[in-house]
Amino acid sequence: MSVGIVVFPGSNCDRDVRWALEGCVGLTTRFLWHEEQDLSGLDAVVIPGGFSYGDYLRCGAIARFSPVLEAVKAFADSGGPVLGICNGFQVLTEMGLLPGALTRNARLHFICETSELTVQPGPCRWLQAYGAAERIALPIAHGEGRFQCDDRQLADLEAHGQIVLRYSRNPNGSVADVAGLCNRQGNVLGLMPHPERACDPATGGQDGRRLLASLLA
Amino acid sequence: MPLFQARVQVSLRPSVLDPAGEATRAAAARLGIDGVRRLRIGKAIELELEAADALAARQQIELLSDRLLANPVIENWQVEVLGNPLSDEEAGQ
Repeated sequence: MSVGIVVFPGSNCDRDVRWALEGCVGLTTRFLWHEEQDLSGLDAVVIPGGFSYGDYLRCGAIARFSPVLEAVKAFADSGGPVLGICNGFQVLTEMGLLPGALTRNARLHFICETSELTVQPGPCRWLQAYGAAERIALPIAHGEGRFQCDDRQLADLEAHGQIVLRYSRNPNGSVADVAGLCNRQGNVLGLMPHPERACDPATGGQDGRRLLASLLA
Repeated sequence: MPLFQARVQVSLRPSVLDPAGEATRAAAARLGIDGVRRLRIGKAIELELEAADALAARQQIELLSDRLLANPVIENWQVEVLGNPLSDEEAGQ
């Protein structure tokens, strides 16, 4: 089992994700520089957090046009598991793999804290190790995490069980307390919280570990 | 090919909260200007584009606006093509 970790200029959680996947879960990983297109031999792809291309224009707007994401799009369309964390979630919405958009936090602050979440795994292949309505704690660290979509889109997401992670206490003004979404097929997950920072008791709990370990299932 | 100058105005859709605009409006009141009832922050992108003619220029800038410069989920955009194409001399060629 080998996992590709996308690296853009400005990514800064790529090494954390590698540490969590290799050191805590026991998978092998390969960094995918943004100009690469070869995903051969990979069983899953993670788009990590950070500030891809400096977040110029909008978060994730430039990343969307990178060569590596053309390959990731095809990988996701053929059912490959794709996980976008924080900036990676923003990138997934910009590329159209997930609906909606992530905008400036309602009170403008960059929020860095532990956040309680409610999981509704639904069709999401990344969350099958969690119980329905299970409460977990994951760290968040973002300035632009306010999920936004129109009412019709929201009703559609609710109807298909795609809102798989919600904040217990909405920190940023997200519509419907959205912290994470999956696509209808369940192979693509985007979330603002950082599961890779919650894989070892020494660094703030291990509620994120089962999410990454789902690749072993 | 002639060079066209354009300005693309990107603004948040009216239904999208603009916390930066609200913070700026609050600062206006602290400056003593209490009458600001609405303040929304967008961005203006100025660009120069080579195209066969004005129609082609507009089509390309509209595509650019819809796919890259703005995210239609949260933003509206408006294209303004400014005046006549620049001559080579004005364009510094």
